[in-house]
Amino acid sequence: MAQVMMKDLNKKYDEVHAVKDVNLHIRDKEFVVLVGPSGCGKSTTLRMVAGLEEITSGEITIGDRIVNDLPPKDRDIAMVFQNYALYPHMTVYDNMAFGLKMRKFPKPEIQKRVQDAAEILGIQELLKRKPRQLSGGQRQRVAVGRAIVRHPQVFLFDEPLSNLDAKLRVQMRVELKRLHDRLETTAVYVTHDQVEAMTLGDRVVVMKDGWIQQVGEPLDLYSRPANKFVAGFIGSPAMNFIDVSLSDAGGLWAEGQGLRVKVAPAHATRLSAYKGQKVTLGLRPEDLRVASGGDPAEYTIDAVVDVVEPLGSEILLDLRAGQTTLVARVEPAVRAKVHETIKFALVPDRARFFDTKTELAI
Amino acid sequence: MVIEKRWKTWVFFYIPLAVFVVGTLFPFYWMLITAIRPDAELYRSWRAATNTPFWTLQPTLEHFRDLMAKTTFPRWLWNTFFIAVASTLISLFCGLLAGYALARLRFPMAGTLGTSIFVTYLVPPTLLFIPLADIIRNFQLGNTPWALILTYPTFLIPFCTWLLMGYFKTIPKELEECARIDGATRFGAMTRIIFPIAVPGILSAGIFAFTLSWNEFIYALVFLSSPERKTVPVGVVSELIRGDIYFWGQLMAGALLGSIPVALVYSFFVEYYVTGLTGSVKG
Amino acid sequence: MKKTIAGGAGSAAGFEVALPHPRTSQPAPALTRFLENEGLLAAVLLAPTVLLLSLFIAYPFVMGVWLSLSSTSVGNPGEFVGLRNFVKAWNDSIFRTAFGNTFFYTFWATVFKLVLGMWLALLLNRHFRGKRLVRASMLLPFIVPTVLSTFAWRWMFDPTFSVLNWLLYQGGLITTKLPFLSDGTYGLWCAIVVNTWRGMPFFAITLLAGLQTISPDLHEAASLDGANGWHRFWHVTWPLLKPVTLVVVVFSVIQTFSDFQLIYVLTGGGPANATHLLATYAYQIGVATGLLGEGAAISLFMLPVLFVVVWVQLRYLRRLEGA
Ligand SMILES: Nc1ncnc2c1ncn2[C@@H]1O[C@H](COP(=O)(O)OP(=O)(O)O)[C@@H](O)[C@H]1O
Ligand SMILES: [Mg+2]
Repeated sequence: MAQVMMKDLNKKYDEVHAVKDVNLHIRDKEFVVLVGPSGCGKSTTLRMVAGLEEITSGEITIGDRIVNDLPPKDRDIAMVFQNYALYPHMTVYDNMAFGLKMRKFPKPEIQKRVQDAAEILGIQELLKRKPRQLSGGQRQRVAVGRAIVRHPQVFLFDEPLSNLDAKLRVQMRVELKRLHDRLETTAVYVTHDQVEAMTLGDRVVVMKDGWIQQVGEPLDLYSRPANKFVAGFIGSPAMNFIDVSLSDAGGLWAEGQGLRVKVAPAHATRLSAYKGQKVTLGLRPEDLRVASGGDPAEYTIDAVVDVVEPLGSEILLDLRAGQTTLVARVEPAVRAKVHETIKFALVPDRARFFDTKTELAI
Repeated sequence: MVIEKRWKTWVFFYIPLAVFVVGTLFPFYWMLITAIRPDAELYRSWRAATNTPFWTLQPTLEHFRDLMAKTTFPRWLWNTFFIAVASTLISLFCGLLAGYALARLRFPMAGTLGTSIFVTYLVPPTLLFIPLADIIRNFQLGNTPWALILTYPTFLIPFCTWLLMGYFKTIPKELEECARIDGATRFGAMTRIIFPIAVPGILSAGIFAFTLSWNEFIYALVFLSSPERKTVPVGVVSELIRGDIYFWGQLMAGALLGSIPVALVYSFFVEYYVTGLTGSVKG
Repeated sequence: MKKTIAGGAGSAAGFEVALPHPRTSQPAPALTRFLENEGLLAAVLLAPTVLLLSLFIAYPFVMGVWLSLSSTSVGNPGEFVGLRNFVKAWNDSIFRTAFGNTFFYTFWATVFKLVLGMWLALLLNRHFRGKRLVRASMLLPFIVPTVLSTFAWRWMFDPTFSVLNWLLYQGGLITTKLPFLSDGTYGLWCAIVVNTWRGMPFFAITLLAGLQTISPDLHEAASLDGANGWHRFWHVTWPLLKPVTLVVVVFSVIQTFSDFQLIYVLTGGGPANATHLLATYAYQIGVATGLLGEGAAISLFMLPVLFVVVWVQLRYLRRLEGA
């Protein structure tokens, strides 16, 4: 039950500057997800919070204590690892009891806590087994159980679901969410999977190359990405980016190779400074739909279908408009054929514009 | 599958294998047959018509009895055992700690130290026995078991360290990180989590170290002088040959009895021994 | 949004509901804190090893170099004599013989061990009944004390009662006894045979371990290509086995080059000092005769060869790590 604060946090290995000036305030009971491509410094950040990596510079506070110089055992945290890290020579019970024993809890209390945790996770039957006798999903539960018996101030998760198959992953995701709602303990969760990040996080922190790119609630990140990287990283399939130049011809127009659309009035004031310059236009695949007769012509794109990928609930279309390639996500009822030219309508307000040089959202 | 004709299997497989087996085991058979053969048969002209070198019709335990009763052989067995166990324990202790540090901890000079220990692993005892003899004398350790208990680790520790370091590297480091978060100190995580998991590796190193110290010869030859202090290999060499006369029956009985403890340990732990052996060069 | 605000407000009041956390708030004892530091813990863990190895390897080594440059003998502290011991050894014909013998012995024993060990490994790599037993018994020569098994060989080479002579005679291959250990050349070859017998299992088992890491698929693919056994070995197995072979050879060369006990028991360096190796001759001069300085100098002649071998090994390790 505590907040976690990181102030100007840096981590340098010999050659790699893994974490750069990270500032983050994780509030009490909040579930915060760090997400980013592999190697962006998420694990390193988490491991500094855990005390497993030394801090090169900066400050970490857990609860009301600065923990920079505290060894992991004194930080009152629990961590779940990607490979579960169950102690292979101990039974499930002993695995879960280990942390309590180390802290010299009385035996009845240990028993009670382990039983309670086992009940919550539905692993009462497994308590006498050794880790190698468990399936992947069961191991995962034991790892979580081992974390919750201690009632720590903060839970840390480092890609805990990555070793599970897709179906189990979705199931465990829901369970973790439910567990957090029940225990109300601050949690920091690291993943490279943006879907996991969006579904689990109260707030999501997007990282890249050691920098925090943006911190926000999932839907904020989706609808108001701070820069091109976040826009491309959140959402699947990724946002389409089109280099366009802005020209003034009865309102602002964005002109790219093979397409020309009008800028929605909502964006026009912000973009007026870029008149005559190049910017990057971002269109989400789900914001492109097959145009009907009623759609205004200035918000449509003519594109040739390259590839059709039917997914059942939706269809992905790989498109070409002149030299520009695009992906559109359309309803399953759409019957599109390869090489066919189709007119697509876009949702003008949802188009995003980015400064081509700084890649920041405009 | 590779299909071969039958005769090919015989010529290229069974016959060579049989030759290997016979060639490897024959000297042991010869030890045995000599040890139970009465002296009268032992020293018979090799052209004598009655010579049946490969078996005997009057097996006797006389040589064994003489060995046990008339020499200090039992004492040597005990000395060897004691020294081997003590030096193995010391080496395991040092090797465990050092192997862990080299496998897991980041500290300045880690690479240099690892390399130095590996290099000492390759330094043969025969390069050092003369100055060592002098040092042992200066430390007043000459002719005591401690001379060996303290020097055997010089070739056992590098080996144990090397082997255990390799073993520790196969254990995911998240295990001890988790233990440290769970409330253990670095030292506690090492002793409560990593060492118990490394038991097979420790056994391998221990068995291998035990056989190495049981078999050691030159240090024992140089550092020990009184007959009742000697180890089996040295005792057999220096005490069972009186003057120029070889009592082959007793010698072979001694060789056999001196081999049995290691052979027993080995046969119980073949797999661990083989792991130790192959690990000793792989690292 | 609502949720995070609620959480933020809760944090102020959050601390007092914390469950008991025994021990976490107590200050850690000094020793515990000391050992939490990675560098200090490493120092503590390495101390016993470093101490023992410096005391009984590094120090004797330095001392050995000093001895070799002095005229020390038992009971006589001696004085610095420069390289005189080395020069004396080099001009000594027995030393020259021992020096040559050491290379001869190492070379041939290693060649035999490698060839036979590889052959045995290939045989043991197949499936047959009793394989585990055969494999286990094949290692016996390696685990039994060398001194003791060498005695058995010495008895088998006995000038009067040699069973090997008897076999050869009965087989009609010889008419008079072979002078196994009573002739210098024969003696050295006998030692090579015994060394091969003793060391071959080490090669075989280690190479077998190497063979077992080679995926059987590779063999099957090769055999489908119509490659015969030899081709299969040469083009598929050997390249994959080369790294482990190099390591095994390095270890064996070091052991064989510095061998002592086998010769000591088998021939004692005789007849007429014809079968000495560097180690046995160093023993004879340094310990048996008591000329510590000269003995140390003789054993130090091993150093350059060992140095080259270790260097090769280290370079090889580096390359493996780099790859
Ligand atoms: N122990 C280490 N030594 C050197 N570099 C490291 C170490 N651990 C991580 N790194 C580097 O730091 C960067 C961030 O790593 P990490 O935090 O593990 O990324 P991820 O976001 O995938 O979890 C990577 O470039 C990685 O190579
Ligand atoms: Mg990671």
